[in-house]
Amino acid sequence: MSATGIGAAVRRKEDLRFVTGKGQYTDDVNRPGQTHIYFIRSPHAHAKLKRIDTKAAAAMPGVVAVATGAEFAESKLGGLICGWTVLSKDGSPMKMAPHPALAVGKACHVGDPVAGGGAETLAQAKDAAEKVVIDYEVLPSVVDPAKAAAKGAPLIHEVAPNNTIYNWHLGDHDATAAAFKAAKHVTKLEFVNNRLVPNAMEPRAALAEYDSGNESLTLWNATQNPHVARLVISAFVGMAPENKLRVIAPDVGGGFGSKIFIYPEEVVCLWAARKINRPVKWTAERSESFISDAHGRDHVTRAEMAFDADNKITGLRVHTVANLGAYMSTFSSAVPTFLYATLLSGQYAIPHIYCEVDAVYTNTVPVDAYRGAGRPEATYVVERLVEAAAREFTIEPAELRRKNFVKSFPYQTSVASLYDAGDYNASLAKALQLHDYKGFGKRKRESEKLGKLRGIGFATYIEACGVAPSALVGQLGAGVGLWESAEVRVNPTGSVELLTGCHQHGQGHETTFAQLVAERLGISIDQVTVVHGDTDKVQFGMGTYGSRSGAVGMSAIVKALDKVEAKAKKIAAHLLEAAEGDIVFKDGRFTVAGTDKSVAWGELALAAYVAHKFPTGEIEPGLKEAAFYDPTNFTFPAGCHICEVEIDTDTGEASIVGWTAVDDFGTVINPMIVEGQVHGGVAQGVGQALLEHTVYNDNGQLVTGSYMDYAMPRADNLPSLKVDMTVTKCPSNPLGIKGCGEAGAIAAPAAVMNAITDALGTEKIDMPATPAVVWSALQKRNKSRAAAE
Amino acid sequence: MPSISMKVNGKDVKADVDPRTLLVQLLRENLRLTGTHVGCDTSQCGACVVHVNGKAVKSCTMLALSAQGADVLTIEGLAHGAQLHPMQEAFREHHGLQCGFCTPGMIMTAVDLVNRKGNNLAEHTIREELEGNICRCTGYHNIVKAIAAGAKAMGGGVSRQAAE
Repeated sequence: MSATGIGAAVRRKEDLRFVTGKGQYTDDVNRPGQTHIYFIRSPHAHAKLKRIDTKAAAAMPGVVAVATGAEFAESKLGGLICGWTVLSKDGSPMKMAPHPALAVGKACHVGDPVAGGGAETLAQAKDAAEKVVIDYEVLPSVVDPAKAAAKGAPLIHEVAPNNTIYNWHLGDHDATAAAFKAAKHVTKLEFVNNRLVPNAMEPRAALAEYDSGNESLTLWNATQNPHVARLVISAFVGMAPENKLRVIAPDVGGGFGSKIFIYPEEVVCLWAARKINRPVKWTAERSESFISDAHGRDHVTRAEMAFDADNKITGLRVHTVANLGAYMSTFSSAVPTFLYATLLSGQYAIPHIYCEVDAVYTNTVPVDAYRGAGRPEATYVVERLVEAAAREFTIEPAELRRKNFVKSFPYQTSVASLYDAGDYNASLAKALQLHDYKGFGKRKRESEKLGKLRGIGFATYIEACGVAPSALVGQLGAGVGLWESAEVRVNPTGSVELLTGCHQHGQGHETTFAQLVAERLGISIDQVTVVHGDTDKVQFGMGTYGSRSGAVGMSAIVKALDKVEAKAKKIAAHLLEAAEGDIVFKDGRFTVAGTDKSVAWGELALAAYVAHKFPTGEIEPGLKEAAFYDPTNFTFPAGCHICEVEIDTDTGEASIVGWTAVDDFGTVINPMIVEGQVHGGVAQGVGQALLEHTVYNDNGQLVTGSYMDYAMPRADNLPSLKVDMTVTKCPSNPLGIKGCGEAGAIAAPAAVMNAITDALGTEKIDMPATPAVVWSALQKRNKSRAAAE
Repeated sequence: MPSISMKVNGKDVKADVDPRTLLVQLLRENLRLTGTHVGCDTSQCGACVVHVNGKAVKSCTMLALSAQGADVLTIEGLAHGAQLHPMQEAFREHHGLQCGFCTPGMIMTAVDLVNRKGNNLAEHTIREELEGNICRCTGYHNIVKAIAAGAKAMGGGVSRQAAE
């Protein structure tokens, strides 16, 4: 391993601009003559729009235009779509309601944009917005999905009776039922997987500009996938043909899924920019983000696990109600189905699984993928059941897991996933040792002396990443393929531009992708520039999410590098007057095997462009190769997280006093960056488990609408983590990468709650386990114990 | 529109501003110093932290007019030309940032923390003192390491390489 190659903890190239304040995020971009738009959003959860009077607003100082849904509708542009068709059990397609960029007829959630005011300054736009008169007829609303699906609930969309989007299922109903009938023991639990607000620190932003001379549009947008944004806005919204629409994702300050989707705001900015022929700029305020960024999770689940006399799992049955909010967001349909149920086997060999998912509309912000997207929900179900069962059997949680682990690969689960390679025992064993599991008893007794309850919890998780094999997801209803592209452009003086369709928003691609290219070509990492985030520069790509940039993005780079090497060897053969098959490329030199005749990379590059010394009729001048890589399977990162908590029984505060993570991500390009991904994922999972509570009241008001009420994890909510890895290479891609971006968020909630339920001695507690919630659970437990005596 | 004048990163600055203008808006929009960021609207996230007369201040919660005559230091003023400030260097060395959005505010808070509490900072001190800075990417693990190392380096000490 070289100091800057695969496996090296290379410090990041992009950090220079970030630590000096020279990053360029979308709000940092300013265009001559720009106007500012402020969105007017429904203050009601469900209301008819009777009358919108913009006359007074339009007359305010500095105002350029005020637009309503009615005006936008006149443009005949399309609405926003969900791009993944999920079918109900009866074969009927999901009930996707129309989603106009500005509400027409009625508003369906607090925050639904109904109008926009544009002015010379943002202050003027906000002043004008206050003068817009909107006559709302408030309708009854519903925020609870069970209530929304029940008889008599207010109907949100005509196309969806009982507000039901789909009733989906996976697995063998009858075989699973039989397994439960024959079971020796059944563990049953009900859970809430609490709704989360993603809260990337950079609020969403868009800046649209129209060039009337070329009739073309440019959009700067905080997006994780500029090409997908362009495709959807071009083909579905009909804004402009793709070749007349450029989308630029500059530096993006975190995404976690929330910046994958195509939202109303960028569509309105584009439409407005062309209408008024001036750039239109929008940046969300944080409380605006709370009511407009897609939320995550929001499942209510009943699940049961069947065991035989030998404590082996024989069946799993799951019923989930998934709240998708007021409209179907871009990937929303797939999250509680194909990204969820297919992981319900966990790390275990479970012969029969049956899962039903009912997706429902409510008058809340739309719900879509958020770090882990379906896999944290699956892990939560499986790992809480297994841990609860271990307690019911009074055997060690590790022991019950070991008994049931998949031990031989490849393993075909009963929920479609084909696990390729893994060693679950190895990560469990390493985690136990690193955590000093043996010492827990002693630590528990010492906590007790101080009047505190100590608990320990496991999460042995698995995820499906490296999204995704195109034909497979196509069969499942996806409207797009999930391959990735790379182009290696060698310059005459030997430096390289690496163009990728992935887009970093914290993952360090400018460094890790450069490590890969530099090592392969034997050049310095400073000679490699990673180009991304601009549809004018990179031809097409699917973006970054689902832990795909390593497994899929880097595989495309390898393919392109293979082509570069092949062509370079052809040229080298001519330069060195040898047979092509005798050329060896190593450490940046092309050598005739068995001789000392060689040419260095830099010389080769120049020769390719000078084109004097090889037959250009047979070999084209230049050295530039592109590749598209379509994965043949998902990848399956997996691991073991152990959480130790200490609970103060007076206040209910659960402190995390220890965390050990041992993950198998296959090949690791930069361990420093990979560990950072684990740290960040764990923090989000801890946030879900202990702090983050998204509360809607009965009037559909988002009560937790800012950081005053929504508790974000801070540095003193977390300890330092012990992070280590085991490695079983992924067999399905050239580098053996599984991916690491979501693991922490997937494992953490189950680990925390298993620790808390261990400490409390009760399973009856839901996330977030705030001090009030823990304290109440403690009182209930004490009461029922007293009653039992 | 009232006029204001102040020093920003050592340079004299004059501007005419709407009285509602926040200090962060003056910096970002009038002066085009976009390194200071806005991440929330309730004064909690810390992405906007700058130094005013030597103390850390959330520039989103201060009117520009209140900074009349003040000496303001932003992230852009920390480095000396190509020479990074030890705290900036420490963040890079210890991977104390991922998306970079909270980073300028984190670094400015960290420098202020060292100014107030010295060069040998315990882990729990750093964690508690970061209550006014939110990061969504890093889980704080490496930020804490970076600040401890940067603090030592600011005292002329050798900052230890991250053990992990």
